[in-house]
Amino acid sequence: MKLTGAEIFLECLKREGVNTLFALPGGVVLKIFDILHQQKDVNVVLTRHEQGAGHMAEGYAKATGKAGVCLVTSGPGMTNVITALADAYMDSVPLVCFSGQVPTSLIGNDAFQEADNIGLSRPCTKYNFLVKDVNDLAVTIKEAFYVATTGRPGPVLVDIPKDVSMNKADFKYPGSVSIRGYNPTYDGNKWQIKQAAEAIMKARKPILYAGGGVIFSGASEELLELAELTHIPVDMTLMALGAFPGEHPLSMGMLGMHGTYWANMAMHYSDLVIAVGARFDDRVTGKVSEFCPQAKVIHIDIDPTSIRKNVNVDIPIVGDCKSVLRELVQVLRATVNGDQKDLRRPWLDQIREWQRAHPLAYEQDPNGAIKPQHLIKRVYELTKDRDPIVATDVGQHQMWSAQYFKLAKPNRWLTSGGLGTMGFGFPAAMGAQAAFPGKLVLCIAGDGSFQMNTQELATAVVSKLPVKVFIVNNRFHGMVRQWQDLFYEGRYASSYLDKTPDFVKLADAYGAVGLRASKVSEVDDVIREAMAVDKPVLIDVPVYQYENCYPMIPAGGCNHEMILTDPPELKKQQPAGAKVAGEDKDTVLTA
Amino acid sequence: MDHIISVIVENKFGVLSRVAGLFSGRGFNIESLSVAPTLDPSMSMMTIVTTGDDRIIEQIVKQLNKLIDVIKVVDLNESEFVERETALIKVHTKPEDRAEALRLADIFRARVVDSTPTTYTIEITGDTNKIEAIINLLQPLGIKELARTGRVAIAREPVRPAATQPKRVAKE
Ligand SMILES: Cc1cc2nc3c(=O)[nH]c(=O)nc-3n(C[C@H](O)[C@H](O)[C@H](O)COP(=O)(O)OP(=O)(O)OC[C@H]3O[C@@H](n4cnc5c(N)ncnc54)[C@H](O)[C@@H]3O)c2cc1C
Ligand SMILES: Cc1ncc(C[n+]2csc(CCOP(=O)(O)OP(=O)(O)O)c2C)c(N)n1
Ligand SMILES: [Mg+2]
Repeated sequence: MKLTGAEIFLECLKREGVNTLFALPGGVVLKIFDILHQQKDVNVVLTRHEQGAGHMAEGYAKATGKAGVCLVTSGPGMTNVITALADAYMDSVPLVCFSGQVPTSLIGNDAFQEADNIGLSRPCTKYNFLVKDVNDLAVTIKEAFYVATTGRPGPVLVDIPKDVSMNKADFKYPGSVSIRGYNPTYDGNKWQIKQAAEAIMKARKPILYAGGGVIFSGASEELLELAELTHIPVDMTLMALGAFPGEHPLSMGMLGMHGTYWANMAMHYSDLVIAVGARFDDRVTGKVSEFCPQAKVIHIDIDPTSIRKNVNVDIPIVGDCKSVLRELVQVLRATVNGDQKDLRRPWLDQIREWQRAHPLAYEQDPNGAIKPQHLIKRVYELTKDRDPIVATDVGQHQMWSAQYFKLAKPNRWLTSGGLGTMGFGFPAAMGAQAAFPGKLVLCIAGDGSFQMNTQELATAVVSKLPVKVFIVNNRFHGMVRQWQDLFYEGRYASSYLDKTPDFVKLADAYGAVGLRASKVSEVDDVIREAMAVDKPVLIDVPVYQYENCYPMIPAGGCNHEMILTDPPELKKQQPAGAKVAGEDKDTVLTA
Repeated sequence: MDHIISVIVENKFGVLSRVAGLFSGRGFNIESLSVAPTLDPSMSMMTIVTTGDDRIIEQIVKQLNKLIDVIKVVDLNESEFVERETALIKVHTKPEDRAEALRLADIFRARVVDSTPTTYTIEITGDTNKIEAIINLLQPLGIKELARTGRVAIAREPVRPAATQPKRVAKE
């Protein structure tokens, strides 16, 4: 029997096990929406903006490890989803995005709502396809899922012209596909793995540098095994949080620009860096020429381009983290004899000393304002028993969340690292909630970031996605203000957010629940209250406005030279119209 | 130093823009690029001449390999290779220069492929040095137009001593 392109689309999604589609309609995809409207296998989450659909699909993908799927219309639908594609590309998130296109006969004619979707998405997708013939649709969709989810994952776009969704073809879904120019390497070179094992046995001050690849590869168990076998401490990148249990004695927490003092010191003074699925981003290396001066580097990565892109590598191993770590552990098991713990003691003692010298710390505000760290720490402490999924936006609140949330398991942490996309957190949390309806899903949002995708409150309410959004409300683009404090003599150019809406009323207007904590003593209660509600909740927490996030390695600085507190000369400067922290805490923005 | 990279790609629309986009997006140089079909019509061969230090060339090769439409990448500089380029040079000749133009063409074993009372069009094939050399010598006569193909190259077949030639063993 022949099916229309739209029907083939639906059949393919079912075969790929897609149960949720984040979408927003338009003229050229109406045929597809019409088919979706008449079925129950795929839950269609109607978003209020295509960027929201893209980030929701990302959240879904990060939480499940499967491809997230979204559907947008031609022209403006496509341009709106670009930010999410670019975000997914930078953070290697498996995504399949379907875009509508004008009928094939009109392509190139500047037709109504036409955009060059292939050209627009080329630099921000792993691959993209224009389907010109309905007979190619099924195999193209199969290839799209295959490319998005294998090797180094990433977003793939499938552009479907209107006539292709209307025309009919025989439906046959291929069982497998192969693409001759695409053959990711999964197993590492055995000889190289042996070299790595030897280097590990010889090292006195080794450090594991775990990245997002550990999570994509599902290699957390293997990483734990390796660390425990060899007693090597583990630094994590922002993208790796949860890959190694955050409260494990060998966990050093996050390294890099806002990483812990001891994670960065350990990296800097190590004699062997074992990078596992990490890409030596500049937020981690700092000044490359002075990065880990005494260390040999082992780099395990599935993407050869990641290796030696930024730093020199002594033992490169191209392969999947899980498979390579498994092999490495096996080789090491044959060599390691019980004394690793003693051997490692001086190094671990040294690290503990660094940790004692400069733990993560903050002081309560003498005027009684809520410190952002306090809020975030309490959210962590009061929710951790429920093993929540945590999304963040981008800014200071993101960094504090990274410091204070010591996640125990992978796929619990949704954040935008590579692109640093404000507005990511809320829709990403919703995507994860759509995947796991019964789970506690939190979003730690910035007041600036949240306002970039506020419209999705409607989606949360209508689609019953009861995420709990804590707005760390400093009435600032706090991260920008921090840089202005440190590098622009406190001139707060466009970082003060005047006329922030009353988020409690805003939540109410959308039919969500709005709560607020105005005093330190109310923080715990508001967290508990929010968790008890089975609806989307927006929790506005006005915090001390001028808090800065430390440690901090200035961009291009050396990893062992961290700024640990506000420099003494820093003069707190008030932008016109801003209220002093503490003064406005009860009346903030509602008066 | 110039690097010549030969790239076998899928013969599909859009592949050239993926390769070109990779170079421009990552700030790699392209000195020249030529594309033509291979014996297998489903594939094309691109010859890319680029520059960069070892680290950059390594990245270029890896990034090219990463493109899904790229089937094979060979950095020709890793072994011996032969390279050629063809140029068509239209020389504006005054009557007193015509003999000189022909003489130069002859020295370089170039051919005259078109002639009018005031111009010669000279076809020359060779390595870059040779092409640059004839251009330099023809310039004083007045070059009106110049079209160059960009370089193409192919690896030299390694010559093995007779003793190590693999023997063809007949199947029993
Ligand atoms: C405001 C802000 C501040 C930031 N500060 C910090 C900071 O202090 N510290 C920090 O770490 N980051 C920070 N970041 C994030 C930073 O920009 C990078 O996104 C991050 O460091 C990259 O993490 P990663 O190296 O784990 O790489 P990812 O982007 O997660 O890349 C994963 C790597 O693993 C590889 N890979 C994928 N799958 C596999 C597999 N199956 N097997 C093997 N390898 C695989 C990929 O090829 C890639 O090389 C910050 C971001 C923002 C927005
Ligand atoms: C889309 C986008 N625009 C601009 C930026 C630059 N930027 C980085 S952090 C930041 C401020 C974020 O403010 P907020 O969400 O309130 O978080 P805070 O730092 O105050 O916690 C800005 C503007 C960005 N990352 N993303
Ligand atoms: Mg803010």
